[in-house]
Amino acid sequence: MTERTSPLSALDRPNSYIGRAVPRPNLGRLLEGRGQYVSDISLPRMAHVVFVRSPYAHARIVSIDAADARKGKGVVAVVTGAELANVCTPWVGVLTHLKGLKSPPQHAIAVDRACWVGEAVAAVVAASRAEAEDAAARVLVEYEELPVTADMDDALAAGAAPIHPDFGDNIAFERRLDVGEVDAAFAQADAVAEAEFVFARHTGVTLEARSIVADWNPGEQRLTVYQGTQAPHMMQNIIARHLGLAEAQVRVLCKDVGGSFGIKVHVYADDMATVALSKLLKRPVKHVADRVESFLTDIHARDHRCKGRVAVRKDGTILAFEIDDRTGIGPYSVYPRTSAIEANQVVNLVGGPYAVKNYRARARVAFQNKNVTCQYRAVGHPIACSVTEGLVDRAAAAIGMDPVEIRRRNLLPDDCYPAESAAGMKFEALSHHAALEKILAMMDYEALRAEQARLREQGVYRGVGIASFIEVTNPSAAFYGVGGARISSQDGAAVRLDASGAIVCQTSITEQGQGSEAIIAQVVATAVGAPLERVRVILGDTDNVPYGGGTWASRGAGIGGEAAWRAGRALRDNILSVAAAILQTEAAALDIAGGEIVDAEGHARIGLDEIARIAYFRPDTLPPDFQAELIATRHYAPRKFPFAFTNGVQAASIEVDVRTGFVKLLRHWVVEDCGRVINPQLVDEQIRGGVVQGLGAALFEHCRYDERGQMLNANMADYLVPMAGEMPDIEVAHVETPTQESELGAKGAGEAGTAGAAAAVANAVNDALAPFGAVISEIPLTPELVLRAIGAIS
Amino acid sequence: MSARRIRISLEVNGEPVEAEVAPRQHLADFLRETLGLTGTHIGCEHGVCGACGVRLDGAVVRACLTLAAQADGGAVETIEGVSDSGEIADLQAAFEKRNALQCGYCTPAMLLSAQELLLENAAPSREEIRDHLSGNYCRCTGYHAIVDAVEETARQRRGGPA
Ligand code: FES
Ligand code: FES
Repeated sequence: MTERTSPLSALDRPNSYIGRAVPRPNLGRLLEGRGQYVSDISLPRMAHVVFVRSPYAHARIVSIDAADARKGKGVVAVVTGAELANVCTPWVGVLTHLKGLKSPPQHAIAVDRACWVGEAVAAVVAASRAEAEDAAARVLVEYEELPVTADMDDALAAGAAPIHPDFGDNIAFERRLDVGEVDAAFAQADAVAEAEFVFARHTGVTLEARSIVADWNPGEQRLTVYQGTQAPHMMQNIIARHLGLAEAQVRVLCKDVGGSFGIKVHVYADDMATVALSKLLKRPVKHVADRVESFLTDIHARDHRCKGRVAVRKDGTILAFEIDDRTGIGPYSVYPRTSAIEANQVVNLVGGPYAVKNYRARARVAFQNKNVTCQYRAVGHPIACSVTEGLVDRAAAAIGMDPVEIRRRNLLPDDCYPAESAAGMKFEALSHHAALEKILAMMDYEALRAEQARLREQGVYRGVGIASFIEVTNPSAAFYGVGGARISSQDGAAVRLDASGAIVCQTSITEQGQGSEAIIAQVVATAVGAPLERVRVILGDTDNVPYGGGTWASRGAGIGGEAAWRAGRALRDNILSVAAAILQTEAAALDIAGGEIVDAEGHARIGLDEIARIAYFRPDTLPPDFQAELIATRHYAPRKFPFAFTNGVQAASIEVDVRTGFVKLLRHWVVEDCGRVINPQLVDEQIRGGVVQGLGAALFEHCRYDERGQMLNANMADYLVPMAGEMPDIEVAHVETPTQESELGAKGAGEAGTAGAAAAVANAVNDALAPFGAVISEIPLTPELVLRAIGAIS
Repeated sequence: MSARRIRISLEVNGEPVEAEVAPRQHLADFLRETLGLTGTHIGCEHGVCGACGVRLDGAVVRACLTLAAQADGGAVETIEGVSDSGEIADLQAAFEKRNALQCGYCTPAMLLSAQELLLENAAPSREEIRDHLSGNYCRCTGYHAIVDAVEETARQRRGGPA
């Protein structure tokens, strides 16, 4: 055990809940089907909205004839974009720190032009969803088809017709970076390896689709919004702003959420239309996307093509990386976080784990007539990791070095911190080498190599792949706030001792299944010295929690947890001064453990219930000038570092069936360092879930579009997701390097699994195919791709 | 749409239910909207994700592919029913202990599918568990913890240590 300074000692007390796998308090209701998801909510007079959606990727709306639809049974209203624009103002998805980023105004419902298949052109509100669907089929929309630009490279080609004529081209954003002496490094190299990496467009496929119930009450002049969202305060601000309301007139409630992963942190036109319709119609309106709508309008992600080069010396020293990344984001940059962040992250993260000084990058972000893309779990990380780790493996192959050895020689040394990457990312402390050595031991690398060689003689093609990565967590205001977005990088917690002696914590972070409630309860119980079962956590209600950012970008434990820790410690101090007044001693001589005030010898003197009873009901017995304060509120925002970077490494063992092209995942390992682990089980399960999302991307997931901008597989039968049968067991272990910026020392863990999984699998597949001289640089790694690569089909 | 309604009578979680349903209404909507049994979830409405699984006459079926009218004369059991009866209390406890759910949206149907397997195979291998649950999509967990929880329940039901 290392020595720590005083505030941390409470983390390590015998009755500390930090580092323990306690079960989550909210599981009971979910296990019995007693959760309350937005799709379960039903209010008096509630109507249902269904959207009429453009069947064309690009078309002018000539006319909308709703006369027949209005006669439909149960129909309340049919509303066009022009009509709704009177209730809800359009928005523009740009941030000032992404210099040059442009995007046109976007309306809740298209006003005169549809720019992708699935964009809403009219809304039908009826007494039931089925009746609204019936009537929607009777809305007659006349379109005039416009030229479609679907492919990102067509959009970027010189002379391409701009989708938004005012902009003159289709480049939404471009960034260049040139650090060190890149040309000289390539000139000095003993070998140069290069590839063009292709990442399919995929999407989040949360099992509960996006859902919202909006309830405008004209009598109260207040709008109550039930939404499955990761950022209630952000939504409160945006809804208020675009409906012309004061923030105080909008309450956002977030109950159980059926999966999120970044999908539910953005502003969707459908959601804005639903809140506007409630205001217009003066009654509750509900929208639950069906699965086809989810595929056509939930944000998509990735869809990158990235050329990469690496310069290496014979001794394994990597001299330089160079990338040229293109991505297509659809016709609009998504509000308010923008669609330039993923490409920007790719530039920031490529080469990040390595001590390489020379780096050149270019990223171009193109408008196109497909659904929009935006931040989905691990934003940019899987691309940066696959490009970097793909290049490192190719460099190793070029000089005949083992992939592990080249990493050992180039990963940032564990004793070099604080350090900075070529891209300018600041690392407080990472543990690449410790993580690498740990994973090699877990997987028994040498044994795997021996087995691989033995099986290869029998015509069995196994491969092993390794991928080191860095992960952005605990973002400060540098992420969004500095760019002008009203997205809080700060979180708050209010912790109180109630009259029964139980603890209640209101926190601004949200829960979508990660275990936020459990983490906050553990932190608060430990900070105060109360038993875990006496702590209740309240979240997801802008009327009832402190202002804050919510749960996204792996910030819940690190930022929300720290705020809860500080609030809990402050309440503890307040409780001890009450106890000191009662016991007529010094607060400094007392402590709280297991819900009891204890003296220096650890003897219980008085219980929290008794403190509460006296403070609330017999204040007359306390000294006349003493006022008990049994609630404490604290906020926390990271300030010293823009992000708390974490690191880790993943490894995959796979087998390729060279007759069918199928890739079988055999085993998968992860070692990651998220700083202090508050609940090891929850961290491990975050990682496993993240890994499987990355494995889905590696092998299956692909939003397929044709050249006319039609999505070809917008259903769950044709869009393949990972199911239990194809997934391997995943072994997870940790290195713990707490951040010194906070007392708790926790960093995030939500992206790590997704960040490196595809890279590890792609490297493993290429390792397996090495005897064929085949190298694949594209995901998903479909059987067809594999068979083509080995020349079995052409 | 025709306004024709169909009279059905069935048993839901052991209670008799009489209702008039639209011919096109599927069982999931009937359970959720008419009976308020919102523990049955809808994920795709086209028979792939498995979130809508309920027991109809003892077999787990997809309630989004079953018309309410088809349940006429049958016995339906939902997550609410098997929870209240205690039938899967041990499985639920194992899921809780192992954190085999995150958002919980897949969980009700996942539990019913797992119970279906455990009733027909007292000692399933991990591979058999994965196979049997392959019609139930879970986006959150990565499945590993679910497989652990089912395996553990089987072991305990066989009389293994808790
Ligand atoms: S909702 Fe029935 S299978 Fe998806
Ligand atoms: S726990 Fe979220 S889908 Fe399974």
